[in-house]
Amino acid sequence: MKKLSMPAKIYLIIVFVILYAPIFYLIYYSFNSGGSMHDFESFTLEHYRAVFEDSRLLVILINTVIIALLSGLISTIIGTLGAIGIFSIKRRNIRNILLSLNNILIVSPDVVIGASFLILFTMIGVKLGFASVLISHIAFSIPIVVLMVLPKLLEMNPNLIDAAQDLGATRRDVLYRVIIPYIKPGIFAGFFMALTYSLDDFAVTFFVTGNGFSTLSVEIYSIARVGISLTINALSGIIFVVTVLIVIGYYFVTRRTKFANGGIGRL
Amino acid sequence: MKSLINLSIAILLVCAGLYFIAEKLEPSGGKGSKDTITIYNWGDYIDPKLLKKFTKETGIKVIYETFDSNEAMLTKIQQGGTTYDIAVPSEYTIEMMIEKDLLYPIDHSKIPNLKYIDPYYLDLPFDPGNKYSIPYFWGTVGIVFNPNLLSKPLTFESWNDLWDPSLKNKVFLVDSAREVMGMSLNSMGESLNAKDDKLLQKATEKLIKLSPNIKGVIGDEIIPMMENNEAAVAITWSGSAADMMAENEELDYAVPKEGSNLWFDNFVIPKTAKNIEGAHKFINFMLDPENAAQNAEYVGYSTPNKAALKLMDPEIANDERFYPPEEIKNRLEVYENLGLEWLGKYNEYFLEFKMSIK
Amino acid sequence: MRDRVAKGPLIPYLLWIVFFVIAPIALIIYYSMLDLQGNFTLENYKRFFSPVYLKMAFTSFFYAILITFFTLLISYPTAYFLTKTKHKHLWLMFIIIPSWINLLLKTYAFIGIFGLYGPINAFISVFGIEPKQILFTDFSFLFVSVYIFIPFMIMPIFNSIDKLNPSLVDAARDLGASPFTTFRRVIWPLTIEGVKSGIQVTFIPALSLFMITRLIAGNQVITLGTAIEQQFLVAQNWGMGSTIAVFLVLIMFASMIFTAKRTKGGRV
Repeated sequence: MKKLSMPAKIYLIIVFVILYAPIFYLIYYSFNSGGSMHDFESFTLEHYRAVFEDSRLLVILINTVIIALLSGLISTIIGTLGAIGIFSIKRRNIRNILLSLNNILIVSPDVVIGASFLILFTMIGVKLGFASVLISHIAFSIPIVVLMVLPKLLEMNPNLIDAAQDLGATRRDVLYRVIIPYIKPGIFAGFFMALTYSLDDFAVTFFVTGNGFSTLSVEIYSIARVGISLTINALSGIIFVVTVLIVIGYYFVTRRTKFANGGIGRL
Repeated sequence: MKSLINLSIAILLVCAGLYFIAEKLEPSGGKGSKDTITIYNWGDYIDPKLLKKFTKETGIKVIYETFDSNEAMLTKIQQGGTTYDIAVPSEYTIEMMIEKDLLYPIDHSKIPNLKYIDPYYLDLPFDPGNKYSIPYFWGTVGIVFNPNLLSKPLTFESWNDLWDPSLKNKVFLVDSAREVMGMSLNSMGESLNAKDDKLLQKATEKLIKLSPNIKGVIGDEIIPMMENNEAAVAITWSGSAADMMAENEELDYAVPKEGSNLWFDNFVIPKTAKNIEGAHKFINFMLDPENAAQNAEYVGYSTPNKAALKLMDPEIANDERFYPPEEIKNRLEVYENLGLEWLGKYNEYFLEFKMSIK
Repeated sequence: MRDRVAKGPLIPYLLWIVFFVIAPIALIIYYSMLDLQGNFTLENYKRFFSPVYLKMAFTSFFYAILITFFTLLISYPTAYFLTKTKHKHLWLMFIIIPSWINLLLKTYAFIGIFGLYGPINAFISVFGIEPKQILFTDFSFLFVSVYIFIPFMIMPIFNSIDKLNPSLVDAARDLGASPFTTFRRVIWPLTIEGVKSGIQVTFIPALSLFMITRLIAGNQVITLGTAIEQQFLVAQNWGMGSTIAVFLVLIMFASMIFTAKRTKGGRV
């Protein structure tokens, strides 16, 4: 592997600085005793204490994480199976139609998704709350999983499957022993994208939630009406640090295992 | 494959663990039963201490959920999958909700504290006899400005001051068709409930002339931005103005003489409510003068509760900018429910104006 | 070879397509042909072709192209350099993590950063430059939009570059190809799949951005998404909102056909 040249390093550093600038800005002010996101007065930890005293906020945070993990998991399973299914269809036309349908939700504006799901839930009679939010998140995460997994399938060498079959593997074996291990990086990428979509979503959730169930982005939106309270800054600071630690920790733990190299799949 | 299954199981375990913690923190208990009420209100539109006090006094737990526009609230309640016991819409929405038969009639005998409400705010055209709604707050639309940031000493006694060339790129507008179109109509001496294409066209042309002065058309971000002196002038609601002025003492608020909007937010009980008894108890509790005074001081909007006014800081209660005398109030207009077709037209003209800002 | 893979897995996916893609689209097409009274009409489509809506659709298109272009311009080299780093998968994760922090919060941070009294203006005032209006300009809007889409663009590009066999690049070099020719004839064609998915997850969402059009652009940029949101939630004209949504779906189909054609040659 070649080493990065100096300009390349500088370029990457600039990209990272910009990506993290707003986050560090938020965290910086979470230590502000002044109570607002301008005019730093003096250092304080009171906003962090406030986070842990606000049980409602903690419950909302937990709801958000549960929704993200569950919807990520379920949409990854359905999406991966779907991608394999699309891949196994021979007729190009049908494949293209399925793919176009797949992409519709990715490109539809959140408001339209939210509104149409709301009509749908009304017709089916789903009560608004945890279930409606979870179903919606699964629904809009599936297509991104397919988009992440499908390229891996397409680039797979067809001889791999043929070889496996020649060696007497059943369809099941081919699926579990050949295809899935090969597309694992795509599956993980899909899962992480699904998590990202779920954590990021505001508009759809806003439409389909109700009866006291709330996720962080909806809650932040309603708090933001009167200017963000720094408790939210402190909370994002905590989330940020915890996420970074988990990611680094997991990365180095799994690196030592036998699956050491290759694929985001090992993350 | 095995690692995938292991990971899936790990995720499920984490979810179960988190759910357990959430239950420990705030037991969901008997949802929608006799001992909880769910309130659907604007963000930060009630003093949270009062919610705690209510629970302490009556044993009824309060779930508080917020919306950001009358229309979003209407959509949710109409959908039917929600069980809100109390909502707080504005007057024109109440009219619509009555029309669509979404509201439960309020039993006045269960709300003895109604006697503290100033009769001026009762029996209004949108809900004759207050059959379906009880006054919560009211306010006006006006201009917030920072005299120190003006290069010319404008007083904003007239809406037309906004068109002054010295205000180039210094004005914030609220992102709401009725407020902005209404302002333009008022500035020409017309009614803000006009249903006349020619008038609306003229109002739009006049607005387009204002576009060099517009810095942005935004929502509630106006509050922190004005507090932070990002712009000199903003059109906003009186309660937002009160919030800004509490943070930034340089700011002043004016309701121009040509007239403006007078609005009301009232309590209603949607038909889908589960705990009607508790909802009545809550409305009565909020109308108690002491509670109403505490709430008005927290929220910053004007209270219709005349007994509460006596308990409040006289500096607030006598501030004519927020509690204008009757003769000024009579110049103000309440929004009429224009009907969806005209509402659509207002929005289309407003869009045309927004497209012209560069 | 493909028929040897089981088709059973497709069932839950097909159910999903029926309930959450076809049903909502059918609903939207149905609503787009209703007027405010609920009668059947094509009036909404006629109105979409009036100057106000056409102008809006055009500007929205223009901004979406700009956003996609700049996002690609920044993401491609980033993805490329990332594949050359030592802990490349860790670094990739660090690209994604910022998108897990709530967008609204980051937007508020940007409002602070770009503000008249924010750090950028404080920084340039050190050099004696007057505070500049950064917020509510085209620049701030493009900047924040590109910021939002970068991780979504980098992901697929990274994956396709990562799969690229380095010996191909070496071979091209050995055969005397200049770095530019190597890029144009070897690297780019082999990574175009990733670029395509990146554009797909950027371009149409950029057409339908909302929220930041108000918070960062002060409504001086109005996208199709903002217009839909307004029709649904403010004007309560679901018919018109659905009509605009139908056009978005059509644009999406067009862009998909467009991206599909271009790559045929490269993949045979």
